[in-house]
Amino acid sequence: MSRAGRTFLLWLLAMLAGAAIVWNSRFSADMSFFLPAHPSAEQQVLVDQLKEGAVARLLMVSIGGGESAQRAALSRELRGRLAKLPAFVSVQNGEAGSEAADRDFLFRHRYLLSPAVSPERFTEEGLRRAVGNSIDLLASPAGMLLKPLLTRDPTGELVEQLAGLNAGAQPNSRDGVWASRDGERAMLLVQTAALGSDTDGQETALNTIRQQFAASAQAVGLAEAKLQLSGPGLFAVNSRATIKDEVARLSLISTFAIVAVLLFTYRSFRLLGLGLLPVVSGTLAGVVAVSLLFGTVYGITVGFGAALIGESVDYGIYYFVQSGRNGLAAWRARFWPTVRLGVLTSVCGFGALLFSGFPGLAQLGLYALSGVIAAAAVTRFVLPPLTGEQIGMRDLAPLGRRLAAASQALHVLRWPVLVLAIGATAVLITQRDQLWNPELSALSPVSPADQAVDMALRADISTPDSRYLVVIHGATREAALQAAEKTGAHLDRLVAQGLIAGYDSPARFLPSQATQEQRRASLPAADDLRRKLQAALVDSPLAANKLEAFIADVDNARQAPTINRDALAGTSLALAVDALLLNHPAGWSGLLPLRTGPQAIDSAQLRAALAGSGALFIDMKGEFDKLYNDYLHEAMLLALGGVLAITVLLALTLRSPRRLAALLLPLVLAVVIVIAGLHLLGERLHLLHLIGMLLIVAVGSNYALFFDRTERHRPLDPETLASMLIANLTTAIGFGTLALSEVPILQAVGMTVGPGAILALLFSAIFVPRETAA
Amino acid sequence: MINRLFAGLLLAALALPASAAFDVGQLMTDLARHKGGKAKFVEKKYISLLDKPVVSTGEMSYTAPDRLEKRTLTPKPELLLLDKELLSIEREKQKLTINLSNQPEALAFIDSIRGTLTGNRAALEKNYLLHLAGTPDKWVLTMLPSEQKIAALVLRIVVSGSKNQIRSIEYLQADGDRSVLSIEPLEVK
Repeated sequence: MSRAGRTFLLWLLAMLAGAAIVWNSRFSADMSFFLPAHPSAEQQVLVDQLKEGAVARLLMVSIGGGESAQRAALSRELRGRLAKLPAFVSVQNGEAGSEAADRDFLFRHRYLLSPAVSPERFTEEGLRRAVGNSIDLLASPAGMLLKPLLTRDPTGELVEQLAGLNAGAQPNSRDGVWASRDGERAMLLVQTAALGSDTDGQETALNTIRQQFAASAQAVGLAEAKLQLSGPGLFAVNSRATIKDEVARLSLISTFAIVAVLLFTYRSFRLLGLGLLPVVSGTLAGVVAVSLLFGTVYGITVGFGAALIGESVDYGIYYFVQSGRNGLAAWRARFWPTVRLGVLTSVCGFGALLFSGFPGLAQLGLYALSGVIAAAAVTRFVLPPLTGEQIGMRDLAPLGRRLAAASQALHVLRWPVLVLAIGATAVLITQRDQLWNPELSALSPVSPADQAVDMALRADISTPDSRYLVVIHGATREAALQAAEKTGAHLDRLVAQGLIAGYDSPARFLPSQATQEQRRASLPAADDLRRKLQAALVDSPLAANKLEAFIADVDNARQAPTINRDALAGTSLALAVDALLLNHPAGWSGLLPLRTGPQAIDSAQLRAALAGSGALFIDMKGEFDKLYNDYLHEAMLLALGGVLAITVLLALTLRSPRRLAALLLPLVLAVVIVIAGLHLLGERLHLLHLIGMLLIVAVGSNYALFFDRTERHRPLDPETLASMLIANLTTAIGFGTLALSEVPILQAVGMTVGPGAILALLFSAIFVPRETAA
Repeated sequence: MINRLFAGLLLAALALPASAAFDVGQLMTDLARHKGGKAKFVEKKYISLLDKPVVSTGEMSYTAPDRLEKRTLTPKPELLLLDKELLSIEREKQKLTINLSNQPEALAFIDSIRGTLTGNRAALEKNYLLHLAGTPDKWVLTMLPSEQKIAALVLRIVVSGSKNQIRSIEYLQADGDRSVLSIEPLEVK
């Protein structure tokens, strides 16, 4: 077999092996792209919440159109249909039935659930006080609820339970079902059986709701009914669809545009085919590397491929164009070191991202890094044997000569460019406070329209704001519930001090077995209770002999078994407990969301109050902001580190401060002008713009290097100049395509690097030292 | 003695045409002129289960047209505030807010007070049959629920007063329990 044949076979085998790995890779488009790789304890709660938490499984449904009564009928019909399906754990629409079931449960188990039940409460004095309180309560309008229950619950245990609940945040109702604030839409709240991180399951659930809605609308005869859905599940499904579309669309656009440029340049399908080898190899190598190191490949990472196509096609162009006239050996001797150095600067730039704790960024870095290395290696070692000595490249010298003439003329632009750069710097300095977008949501792939719908539905259904959480842990469910009760006692003190307005706890509806048994043991036997009541109620307007129903209920409660999670089935309390009690491999976590009063929550004060109790206080918004700021801070360090590595690499190679400065100047100018331009266009900068700046330096240094290298030996030859222009064009197309993306992460990189690459080439040509050229 | 009684009856008979001129419309006009003020109240609830009525006392204030505050001082401090459609009750550390537009029955109930305070005849007649007796100086307005859902809660509401000042409101509940709210104005604006 010929050498070319052997080389090709080896390449083909490597490709097949790569394809096999990719075939078995797991692709994902979920939110974990944004979640920290090594979370702190607080961040772990965020991660768990987003992946498994009950909130991530909630879907909000709104029904518009028709009359209020029709919408209510549709809401009932839809609830009836969905509640029967195993895909949904709970479907609520505010119908009276479900509330009655809850109240029934609370009343039936009041002696196990009421926090007020203790041995003292069933002494003579305790009974006198509790019954007295209930009678006082009858004087209030709130007492009207209590009156029919007085003979069975004279100590007011139901009131004690309801006291801890937040009755203020109920959604509006119209015609017996939940309605939006303006009353124009009926609202439902659905919890899916599928986890929030199970995007397929969420998609199925969403489609089921849509189908059942259409069937329900037909059943109640409301043809113009309009369905609106929102929730984390919808976001995940939509984001995945967007990213899938984007990957296909961007790669297609980028490939077509680049193929067009290459066909125009080569005028040969053979060269075009060969020229695409490094690209295909690079893209495949990128996915393989990410898959092997991370286990999961994010859709966004693959979307970044459009840029990599543009970058990796350059090496083939350099090789074909530059060796066309001088031959392979001359290319290796004269141009390969420059290309290699360019590859190394790109490696420095992309490699810096590898150290990111933001897994999405680390993946982008690894993907690009392995892609560039593979493409360069294929260009260097596979292309030459396959092309042979006779490349058959068409002569680009005429194009190059025109470019050379133009680049001579470009020197007059030196001062204008410097003035522009000074202006841009001034813009950046004076407006530095408004440059950055401080929100993590800037990176979210969720469209602003979806976010707006979500905000509106959330406000309509009064979904609780669970910004502040206290988290406890336990090895078993019982241990977690006991910890929740212990922490609850701490929080009760904070409520008494007015630091917080209240809190929720899984132990409210499902107290630990220990607590339930304690409460049960507090209940006196029937005769004992009867005697105590007689004594306690001597002067009371409520005669003890009217309370036989109470005595019977207490006696029953003494003999009833304690309640467990299964006992809650069929009530919405089950949903509340499941939302607040999470099971994971390491044990159980309990969440105690805090309610804020008129006074804002002081995080430091809460942390101090909970210190040593084993409970963790978390400000979710604070954690998200902190997470983003950590990313931003880290990205700044990485970008600086990357630029520093590139500078050191160039300094070591060039061994001349003057040449180094001449090489870096155009790159710095390109970065400054692009950033100022983005700002003036109204773009709020975020993390990925910062990464884009690093990539401008990494990619742009390739062009600057050619100018530097070639200038030292002899005037820039026309072929090289032409190859640079074409390479620049393909890179700009690759990154520029990303600017068309709807995914903010990709768009930001595209908008920064696309124009940045073009300016880097232009400025490199403008600032070529003239004396060396002469 | 007989004469005096007879004379009294005669006088009453003579007064009839005069009191006939005093109708619901006239009362509403008078009440609507009342711009608000402060009053002491004593509320007695007669509950069949209890041997004695439950008594609460406190202060009420009304600011036309839609703000009513009822501050109970005994037996337990409590604040009830009605501001447009929002009813809130604060008791110890508890605060409960109810949007009345969600609760048509409660709204009808509240409207019996608010409609009287503001002299809003239309609001009252939406849910009640009105019957007025007495004179402008001493009138008694009886309201009978016309809506089944409200009748299931309250059988009769009797408001009595003098001129544009309400002096007592009595509720007879469907279960036979009764409450009487007596109002003593502190100042009249």
